[in-house]
Amino acid sequence: MATAEQSEGLTFHPMDQFIVKPLFGGDAVGMLTPTNVTLWMALTVLAITALFVLGTRGRAIIPSRMQSVAELAYGFVHKMVEDVAGKDALKFFPYIFTLFCFIVFSNFLGLLPKAFTTTSHIAVTAVMAVAVFLTVTIVGFVKNGAGFLSLFWVSSAPLALRPVLALIEIISYFVRPVSHSIRLAGNMMAGHAVIKVFAAFAPLILLSGIGVVVTPLSILAITAMYGLEILVAFIQAYVFTILTCVYLKDALHPHH
Amino acid sequence: MELAAAAALGKFIGAGLACIGMGGSAMGVGNVAGNFLAGALRNPSAAAGQTATLFIGIAFAEALGIFSFLVALLLMFAV
Repeated sequence: MATAEQSEGLTFHPMDQFIVKPLFGGDAVGMLTPTNVTLWMALTVLAITALFVLGTRGRAIIPSRMQSVAELAYGFVHKMVEDVAGKDALKFFPYIFTLFCFIVFSNFLGLLPKAFTTTSHIAVTAVMAVAVFLTVTIVGFVKNGAGFLSLFWVSSAPLALRPVLALIEIISYFVRPVSHSIRLAGNMMAGHAVIKVFAAFAPLILLSGIGVVVTPLSILAITAMYGLEILVAFIQAYVFTILTCVYLKDALHPHH
Repeated sequence: MELAAAAALGKFIGAGLACIGMGGSAMGVGNVAGNFLAGALRNPSAAAGQTATLFIGIAFAEALGIFSFLVALLLMFAV
């Protein structure tokens, strides 16, 4: 029962960091209450605006460091959209670039100590994923009409298999917004929770003899996890964006 | 055993069992990355163009592990 006694000594729960709290006291969270989510979303938008407005204000031929970063981000996403979804998808580049910037900035701002990761909430990512899903579906029907349904009718497969494949394709099409949103939220939530679990082990040096071993190990683990989280924060934004491009490609060119 | 205690026990056991799914996802991600590396070492000039495919493959394999993580979370905090 020693472990049970020790775990009572923990002052926080690993999932406490994801609680949505009103900024200015009180407990009730209504539709328009400013909460920590609102605060960190606003900071995200501010940071993006600062980078792109201040960074590209000079329009220097030899770019400053900030302008280089802004240009790199722009070129990176532009190339991704062009390579994955094709030239005619560039009309949607502003939307995809907005998504990428918002996700990458809120992921990285969430890594600051005491920060709140807005993308760790399925409510936030689901809004983005459902918006992508609706956009892609509407674009598909507007561009191709009923021909968009050929996305589900795999013409390269034997005729007997096609109804079965159509069923699987339809299911996988409607699971898209679910997996698209849960992938991002789950990754961010899992990483931050793991860091907090290790952080909960760190003060054991104050409680018991074994803490002498546990504390340095857990601090090392926090450092390693933090490094991994920096990688994950970028890769998940990249994956979200590239999957948006893939879905867009399906909408624009539905024929297998 | 009391019903509430049994329910709590089942919750924890279920959450632990759900985590087995993450092992499958780990094998999937390793398989994708390993095969990409094997292919990339055979033909390094073609590798750069396929990194997007690599990440898409990893994302699909990983999503199923995240689903099992979600089931564990739902069992722990929502059920």
